[in-house]
Amino acid sequence: MSETPEEPTGPRRVIGTPFPAPQAVDVLTEPEEVPFSAEPPAPKHAQNAERLVAALFVLAFLAGCGFIAAYVGLEVGQATLPKGANTVVAVLRSNLALGSSLAVALLALGTGSMIWVRHLTPDIEIEEERHDMNSAPADRAAFQKDFAEGAAMSQITKRPLLRRTMLLATAPLALAPLVLLRDLGPLPQTDLRHTVWKKGLRAVTLGGLRPLTPADISTPGSMITVIPEGYQDDPDALAKAGVILIKFEPGQLHVPTNYNGGTLVSTMNWTVDNIVAYSKICTHVGCPVALYEQTTHHILCPCHQSTFDAANGANVIFGPAARALPQLPLMVDSAGYLAASSDFTQPVGPSFWERG
Amino acid sequence: MSSIISRRRHPAASYAAVAGGLVVAGVLYSAFSGGGASASSAASNQTQVAQGQALFVESCSSCHGLDAQGTTQAPSLIGAGSAAVDFQMSTGRMPAKELGAENDRKPSDFTPAQIADIAAYIESLGGGPAIPTTNQVSTSGANTGLGEELFSTNCSQCHGFAGAGGALTYGKSAPSLNASTPTQIYEAMLTGPEAMPVFGDGTITPAEKKDIIAYVTDTRAEANPGGFSLGRTGTTTEGLLGWLGGLGFLVLIAMWLTAKRRDHLKAESEQS
Repeated sequence: MSETPEEPTGPRRVIGTPFPAPQAVDVLTEPEEVPFSAEPPAPKHAQNAERLVAALFVLAFLAGCGFIAAYVGLEVGQATLPKGANTVVAVLRSNLALGSSLAVALLALGTGSMIWVRHLTPDIEIEEERHDMNSAPADRAAFQKDFAEGAAMSQITKRPLLRRTMLLATAPLALAPLVLLRDLGPLPQTDLRHTVWKKGLRAVTLGGLRPLTPADISTPGSMITVIPEGYQDDPDALAKAGVILIKFEPGQLHVPTNYNGGTLVSTMNWTVDNIVAYSKICTHVGCPVALYEQTTHHILCPCHQSTFDAANGANVIFGPAARALPQLPLMVDSAGYLAASSDFTQPVGPSFWERG
Repeated sequence: MSSIISRRRHPAASYAAVAGGLVVAGVLYSAFSGGGASASSAASNQTQVAQGQALFVESCSSCHGLDAQGTTQAPSLIGAGSAAVDFQMSTGRMPAKELGAENDRKPSDFTPAQIADIAAYIESLGGGPAIPTTNQVSTSGANTGLGEELFSTNCSQCHGFAGAGGALTYGKSAPSLNASTPTQIYEAMLTGPEAMPVFGDGTITPAEKKDIIAYVTDTRAEANPGGFSLGRTGTTTEGLLGWLGGLGFLVLIAMWLTAKRRDHLKAESEQS
């Protein structure tokens, strides 16, 4: 029995003449009735396939048992591990064992099922006819009759007082979810326009939580991430208040400009001793921007390659960000530490709908 | 000196240089580690500076100028400090192979003693950050947890969360920290080589620098229970493996699920 398709017969087509008309295929002819058979398509092969499937199912069973054993047996907690053991490595080891045993179990089960279907079940195409989805006319008529009788017996159409008070009774219950939804959280109000920075609030290092004097950042090319003092445990505040301080050589820092309200103003007096403070939140979609190159004064955002010129008001010189990084006005407080002299004068972070 | 120059292409010259360097290093080490060397340290420092100047004129002055004052090609090294010299030369970045925005790590052509000489010479010109002592870079008792927090805040944006390195702007890149010694990590923070910002002792204290070094060295020594670290660059390699490996596997499975039965099976079924 050859499977090769029939070669087209007939005279060769002469170039320039139309293609021969395709032979009509009668698609409406009923397919030949196939006698029912529950036998596998290739009985000799089926025996091997059966063994293979059984082996895969046993493998899936063993891997499944391995998953349970790994979950019970591999400790990850500090308290249960032997003293001095590395908890990170213990977690990684546990993850590996759980993941690979589960993967093997599911893969073996799936592969076994597929081999079963492909090599053991008969190769017969079966048709299933579609029927109308609606009920028989008699059933529908009976339902309509029952419904009308029930409505009449309930007297809901005859007694409007009952009907209306019942609707009234359910109305508050229907409105209740709206009230509950309202309480999911307060509206943002003007939160997006402000951060916790205010006049006199000191900048402290993230991690060490030390306030900084200008002398602490004396080397040109220095950069450090700072947060407002006292807010280290307030993630809502930190999400917007992260700031990078960058120290420049005298004369390197061009007169930065920044928007104060709606007008572009010189912000040279926002710097202290050639130290300038910019928001660490990218104005594109809010990633932390801190890839600062002291040679080029570029600040690069690792997410989408927005590049800001730190020596020039953090203006965008490349990438999808639409606005310069907002500059935080700096001052030195009475104790000699760097502090904000006000909040940011424009919203930090990505643009939002009402920002304009 | 001229006899040395004339024989420097001799096959044994490089071995002799290495052996000589080792001897000098040993002598220097014993001199530094010895307790009562303070009396002669001023004198030995004088010789070291002189030797360093000679080496500098020979190997560095063509770009940095005869007095390290800088040229149009390379910056002034006055005030750069011994830490910068030690970092640049021990990582093989200097002398540079070619002029460019950045230089890659390569085996150093200089012995530690020669580097120490040049470092002493540069330090004598205008001070600057000094090479940290062994005690300063020791991680015993360091707070690795705080080191992780500091590394995430200040270093990971360029060097990656596990110090594997990453891309910067216009073709530059932040190097991997896998080969860096604790001294080199300390010096890099102190001096800000190339595009890297400076993290002086005012912004990251010496104790915090130890914590960061402890995090970097502990992390890279950590086991990989799966067998593959994938470079520890995070989502990039994992995503690549997921797309090429995982998705390719799923495509193969899809092809298998929808494949026609093989011919010999069909033939057997039709015969039976």
